Order: sequence, then C-alpha cells, then structure tokens
Amino acid sequence: MNSSYSVPAVALVVVATVLVGAFGLRISRTTSDFYVASRTVGPRLNAAAISGEYLSAASFLGIAGLVLVQGPDMLWYPVGYTAGYLVLLLFVAAPLRRSGAYTLPDFAEARLASQAVRRLAGAFVVGVGWLYLLPQLQGAGLTLTVLTGAPEWLGGVIVAAVVVATVAAGGMRSITFVQAFQYWLKLTALLVPALFLILAWQGDGAPSHAFEEPATFREQRVVKVADTLDLTLDQPLTVTVTGTVDGRPHDDQQLRLPAGTHHIDKGTRLTFAKGTTVPAADRRTGDGMSTSLAAGREDRPLYATYGLILATFLGTMGLPHVVVRFYTSPHGVAARRTTVAVLGLIGCFYLLPPVYGALGRLYAPELTLTGDADAAVLLLPERMIGGLGGDLLGALVAGGAFAAFLSTASGLTMAVAGVLTQDVLPARGVRHFRLGTVLAMCVPLAASVLVGGLPVADAVGLAFAVSASSFCPLLVLGIWWRRLTPPGAAAGMLVGGGSAFLAVAATMAGLPARGPLHALLAWPALWSVPLGFLTMVVVSLATASRVPAGTAAILARFHLPEELRAEVKA
Amino acid sequence: MSGFLAGLCVAILPLLAAGFWLGRRTAGSQALGGLGTPVEHATFETLHTASLAAPPLRAGLTEETARKSARRLRTLLGTDALCLSDQKQVLVWDGVGGHHRTEVMERLAGPLETGRGEAFRLTCDTPDCPVRWAVVAPLTVDDRVHGALVACAPRESAVLVRAAGEVARWVSVQLELADLDQSRTRLIEAEIKALRAQISPHFIFNSLAVIASFVRTDPERARELLLEFADFTRYSFRRHGDFTTLADELHAIDHYLALVRARFGDRLSVTLQIAPEVLPVALPFLCLQPLVENAVKHGLEGKTDKCHIQITAQDAGAEALVVIEDDGAGMDPVLLRRILAGEVSPSGGIGLSNVDDRLRQVYGDSYGLVIETALGAGMKITARLPKYQPGVHSAGRLTGG
Repeated sequence: MNSSYSVPAVALVVVATVLVGAFGLRISRTTSDFYVASRTVGPRLNAAAISGEYLSAASFLGIAGLVLVQGPDMLWYPVGYTAGYLVLLLFVAAPLRRSGAYTLPDFAEARLASQAVRRLAGAFVVGVGWLYLLPQLQGAGLTLTVLTGAPEWLGGVIVAAVVVATVAAGGMRSITFVQAFQYWLKLTALLVPALFLILAWQGDGAPSHAFEEPATFREQRVVKVADTLDLTLDQPLTVTVTGTVDGRPHDDQQLRLPAGTHHIDKGTRLTFAKGTTVPAADRRTGDGMSTSLAAGREDRPLYATYGLILATFLGTMGLPHVVVRFYTSPHGVAARRTTVAVLGLIGCFYLLPPVYGALGRLYAPELTLTGDADAAVLLLPERMIGGLGGDLLGALVAGGAFAAFLSTASGLTMAVAGVLTQDVLPARGVRHFRLGTVLAMCVPLAASVLVGGLPVADAVGLAFAVSASSFCPLLVLGIWWRRLTPPGAAAGMLVGGGSAFLAVAATMAGLPARGPLHALLAWPALWSVPLGFLTMVVVSLATASRVPAGTAAILARFHLPEELRAEVKA
Repeated sequence: MSGFLAGLCVAILPLLAAGFWLGRRTAGSQALGGLGTPVEHATFETLHTASLAAPPLRAGLTEETARKSARRLRTLLGTDALCLSDQKQVLVWDGVGGHHRTEVMERLAGPLETGRGEAFRLTCDTPDCPVRWAVVAPLTVDDRVHGALVACAPRESAVLVRAAGEVARWVSVQLELADLDQSRTRLIEAEIKALRAQISPHFIFNSLAVIASFVRTDPERARELLLEFADFTRYSFRRHGDFTTLADELHAIDHYLALVRARFGDRLSVTLQIAPEVLPVALPFLCLQPLVENAVKHGLEGKTDKCHIQITAQDAGAEALVVIEDDGAGMDPVLLRRILAGEVSPSGGIGLSNVDDRLRQVYGDSYGLVIETALGAGMKITARLPKYQPGVHSAGRLTGG
C-alpha cells in the first residue's frame, strides 16, 4: 500500500488530537460572555464525546474483518455494541449520574459505604481497562504494518507513547472536545470512502452473489500465507504454489489439491486463478491463536451468539471510560438525553463497518487466508478504486483508524490511571497521576508485544464479558435492589467477574483447544453473568443484617429527579 | 507459545493478589512471633488483639461494631461465649450457647439499672450445655450505663470475673472515645454551619449605594443591578444543603462581579476560562465567591490604574482545579501565613482563612488552599476540588445550560 499519503494522514490525526486536547479550551472570555463561558456540556456534544471514546479499533477495523471472514452472523457485534446503551439508558444512566459518582469505585462507595468494595471495584476497573487496551494497541500495530510494513509492535508503541505523553502532561484537559472531534473524524473517515466504494461497486455492475455464497476470487490473486495454517477443502482445488504444502516443497508448480485438509507452511505463496472458491482456513494447529474463538463459534454457533449478545448488552455499562463521561452531564435527565443521542450516533456509525466487510468478501477474499482480515477496511479503497483517489481515501481511513486507537486508548488510560493513583498507589503528597498513567499503559503494552494476534473484536468481547459479569450486577442491583449488602456485592463481583476473568485467561492461553469446554470459556458471559447476579443476591440475603444504614436515603437520591429533591429538602 | 505464556501471566495475577492479601492479613501475628520471652510474647499477643478490637468500637456501640469486635474480645478473655448488649437487646452473641440470649437479657435488667457487675448461674434444660455460668460487666460512659458485656463459662471462675471487669472498662474507654469523636464531628458540622454564607456587610452597603447612584441617571441600569443584587442575596441566604455546584457558584460570582463593576467601571476587568466538564462538581456553598472578593479587594487596593482578574476552572482527572489570580498589590507571605493560622485577624472580611478551614474540613487536610503571593506581585489562589467525595452532594439542580 502506498504509504506516502497515509503516514502524513496518521501524523496529522495525532497532531490534531494533541492540539485540540491542549488548546480546545484556551479561549478566555470576559464576564460579558459569562453565560457562554459557564455553559454546561449539552447532551449532543457529550454524546459525541462518549461515542468518540467508545468507538474503538474493534468497531473501526474488527467488525469489518469478522464480517469478511465469517459472514453476516457477525452482525451481532455492531448490534450488541449499540444495544448496550439501551440497557444503560433504561436501568443505569440517570441514577448513576444522580449518585454523584465519578468512577465505578466511587459508585460502589456511595452506594455501599464500604472501602473494601471500593477497592475491589477498583481492581476490576484496572482489569477491564487493561483487557480493553490490549486490542487497541494490537490494532495500531496491525494498521501500521499494513500501511508501511513496519514491525508489528511499532504501532502499539507509538500509540502508547502518544497517549502517555498527552495524558501525563495534562493534555486531555478539554477531553470532551477531543473525543467529540474524534467521533466526527471517525465517522467521516469511514463514511466518505464508503460512498466512493459503493459507487465503485455500482460501476462494477453491483455484483452481490458473494453475500450468500462462499467467497470467490474475482481475478487471479497471489496470497502469501503469513502463519502456518490448515486449509479445509470441500472440493478439489487447483493452485500454483511456491513453498511447502503438506510437507513437500514446491517452486512455482501448479498443484491439484484433492478435497480434505492440507497443511500449508509459513511463507508459502499461493496463486489462485480467477473464479476459484476461497478455501476455509483453519489455524487451530498453528502457533497463533487468531481463530481460537472462531473455532468455538463454529462448534456451537447458537451458544456463542447468545454469549456475545449478553456480554455486549450488559458489558457496556461497566466500561470505565464510558462511565466517567456521564459525570459531565449536568443532571439525570441530561444523562438520559445523552444516552439517547449516543444510541443515534453509534447506530449511525455501525451501519458502515458491515459495508466494508461485505465489499471485502467480494474484493479482498484472500484476507481470510493471510490472517490479516482486520486490515480489510484499510486495503479496500486501494483495491477497489486505485490510483491517487484510492491512495487519498486509504489515507483518510488510516487516519480514522488511528483516531480510534488514540481516543479509546486515552480514555481508558485516564480511567485506569485515575483508579491506580486513587486506590492503589500510595498517596505521597500530591498524587502520582503521571506514574499511574505510565503504569496503566505499560502492562497492556507489554502484553500486546508478548501475545500474538487475538482478533481485535474478539479481544474486546472478552473485556465486555468481564465487565458484564462484575459491574453489571453491581450497578443494576445497586440501583434497583435495596437489600444489597457490601459482602454480597464483593462476593458477586469476585465470583462473577473473577470466573469470567479466569475464563478469559484460559482462552488467551489456548488451554482447551476445542470442544464444549472451549466454547464455555471463550464466551463466558452466558454463565458468568447469572452466576454473578445469583451470588450477589444469595450472599446479600444471607448477610441481611449488613444492609448499609442510609440505604433508603441513598436510593431516594438515585431515583428522585433533582428539582424534587431540592424541594423536599427546602 | 507466547500466547500460552501471556495467558499464564493473566491467570497468575489473581493468585498474586490473593497471596498479597493473605500476607497482609497474617503479617501482624507472624511478626510478633520470635520476639522476647514467652511472657513478653503473651503480652504482645494480648495488646495486638486489643488493638484489633478497638477500631470498630470507636464508631460507637451498634450491632455492626459489636459483631466486628466481639470475636477479638472473646479471644482476649479466653471464654467459650461472649455477649455484648445495649440497653434494650443483645447486640451480638459470639461463641457457643446462643440459646441463652433471652435469659441473659432478662437477667441483665438489674445490672443495667444499677451499673454494678454481677455473676449468676444460667438455668438450662439441655444436659450437655457448655455454658452454665455468666458474669456481667456494665459498659459505662460518663457514669451512664450504655450496655453490658457478658462472659459465659462452664463453671464459676474468679479470674474471669476480674478479667471481664477489666475488659469492660477498656471497652468503656473506647466508647468514651467514640463519644468524643461524635462530638467532634458535631462540632465540625456546627462550625461549617456557622462559617457558611458570610457575605460582607460592606458589600451590601456599597452595592445599595451604587444602585442608588444610578436610580436617577440610568433607571434601567439601576433596575438590572437591583435584580442582580436580589439574585446574589437569594443564593447567599438560601438554607437548604451545605453544598452547591461549581456552575451555581460561578453564577453567584457573576452576579457579584456585575455589582462590583457597576462601582468600579473600567478599572476592573475579568476573564474566565472554564472547562465545561467540571461544572457539575459539588463543593461547599460560597467557597469561591470570597476568593473572588478577596482578589477584587487586593487588585484595587492602593492602586488607581486597572486591575485584571483571571478565573480558571480546569479538569484534572478525578479533581477540578480552580485558580483565581489577580495582578494587584499582593501580600506579605509571612503575614498571610499568620492570618491563615488564625494568629492575626485580617483587616477586613474573614474570606481566605474561612474558605481554607471549610475546604480542609470537608475534603481533608491535603485539600487546603494554595496561595502564591508576594508584595506587589499579585496573588494566585488555587483550590483543588475532588469530583467525588463521600457525603458531598449538591442540593438542587444545575441552573442554565
């Protein structure tokens, strides 16, 4: 891919982010503009900020990649990511805002008046934050590799450095403006190329067969296999091979592979003729683990889909960087309006990645073999349009992708660093927010360099599963159930979130490679969320004497509109 | 392989955390182990157990605190069962023989009335009941009986009577300290109430005089100013809630500045830089307006030319940072320190030290005002406000928007 346009585009996005972050609010006003100077953030601006922070690499690159590889089943991802805000709107948004809590540990303390539960919630915030940061850094590495051929780890390091520098230097002071800017940047970066791609597709005669059938090559294409993989063929396939297939070396030889499974070594070049069906790759035996989750999905598609739906629906409310943005809303009603606007903005955005995925199935089907399916969004403009126009559109998409990494990563880093400095690191005079920032980024960066590529959207799904099994019970029961006790909340978070966390760890280590156990561990939400709720309820009922003293007053504050409360007190 | 390693690392993390926690839990008794003679060791153990039982009791005698401390107290006494009661009911029964609860409560009526200790046999139908005898030691605070400590044993024991008496006295001391804590909290609350909403009487006279001067020349302006005055005083005199939001406080400052500008005209210019993210932050009522008043006073004092005041509110993670800066006469830092320490009463108003006291009381000592000043170099006051603090909620809803 031509990097002479995309590298400046990425650099421009980074510089623009830093500038908006640092100077977005450096406009001084005189007292005559007082009402302008002290205007609270409106629901629409705040919604754009929340969306900007929320739409991560998983949304920008991952969904298209998944749709490309696995077809329309994967549309549950965008549906789930969006519908999470519906649950948030119905059960959590306004009471959470009225609780006055800035972070999730704050909420735990406000509701249960317990330092122990606060610390536990802090630990889970850090865990979820790290799990969620990991795919952002990997996505950045992938993007930079596709754009410039740089080593896989470089992109992650660049994003980590930029984020740590801006956050630690206090450059995210006007975070609402930065994130809102990022949302519109991301939307533009997907929308404009998508329009051109659709036009190109129309000009091509609007072929649509690939949406139903297995993908086929539309022209002769050379595929370089990056990771050792197994090809599963339903019918014989003729292919020109340079490299090792089934243990035998070939050099530019035409080969007719019979139906069955074939082992293809790393570095092999396969040349497919026009009209060939794209074979299904199976990476289970390989060293990487990029399709380990996909394997579970193929075995038990219904279970995997429900696991995904539950995790994304209930996990959104526990994302640390999303929750802090609600504090900016001036009151509960504004928080609700903000959530409605977020639903609109995110819904709008999520129409686009499936378009890229579907077009990718048509125009870049070989990505399923190379294991770089997440790069589909980046490659399509060049592939379909080509020339200067393709390069420029490609540069725009690349810039948008970097905006996605930067915005989500900076939001997460701030949230994690905040918890680390407040609840974990020893307080020494002025708190070490900078140290917290570095620590918040170091761990996922090291992990992303160590771990190979888990598909971006899958990795995010795991973070959602942990969040759904720990924070969803805490928030929902904390807001709606007056008999919740501190030991109940702690036990529920530990059992639900802890088991989801262990399942995630086992999946990442690739422990059970297949079978029902693998599916259970790869999609833990379906059992871990009910487990979390159940533990919380049962332990709370068993320790009924420990219901915090001011519960009735606290719940009244959560649920009564602010004006009413003022009247009651007056 | 690298994937496996990473997964392993993730799996080990919770184990490490659990180990750390266990280590912290057990460190106390471990560290005492190898020190001194057996007698000294026993003394250490006893003191350690006593120190563990103390913190819950410092919150007063309730079911929750009794439950937390009863186990430690029983270890201290070495009995089979220990019971703590208040005036009306058994708060906690730790150990065996819980079926004696009602009986003990009936027998407690006397000691609770007289405040004198007592020992008695327990009547029991169960043939192998482990507790047959109980000793009652009342818990008294300021000569009032708050409750009783009951230690039960299989047979009579003079040692236990003595020990129970001593432990009860120790618990009584803790409860007295709890009482002291409570009165200190009440004192702080009363102080906050006394400190709040002290708008300077000079300001009221000056404002009314300014408004009067406009009544004939510019009636419309006078009317506007009167409305500003009304808004400001309504805010200052409001009675509900000790806390407000930054947005409301800034609006009050705006009303205040409108009145001040009417008096000083072009001599005073004010610029604002406010991050919208921090407007919902809750803070003690009227704690920024005095700072602005102070800046106005210092800015215009002893000068005939212009004064510039800059008000900044920044978002800084879990805190909001409010800075109020003027380019006026400044102040001698030594004098300022003495004023803040309460050694010298300032010439006019009680602004700075009052705000400093309230911020420290609400948020803790690390959140006092930071003031940078020197003679002739202006003054810069920085206040840090945590976005969330238990017990700090603004009453009422944000205005404007």
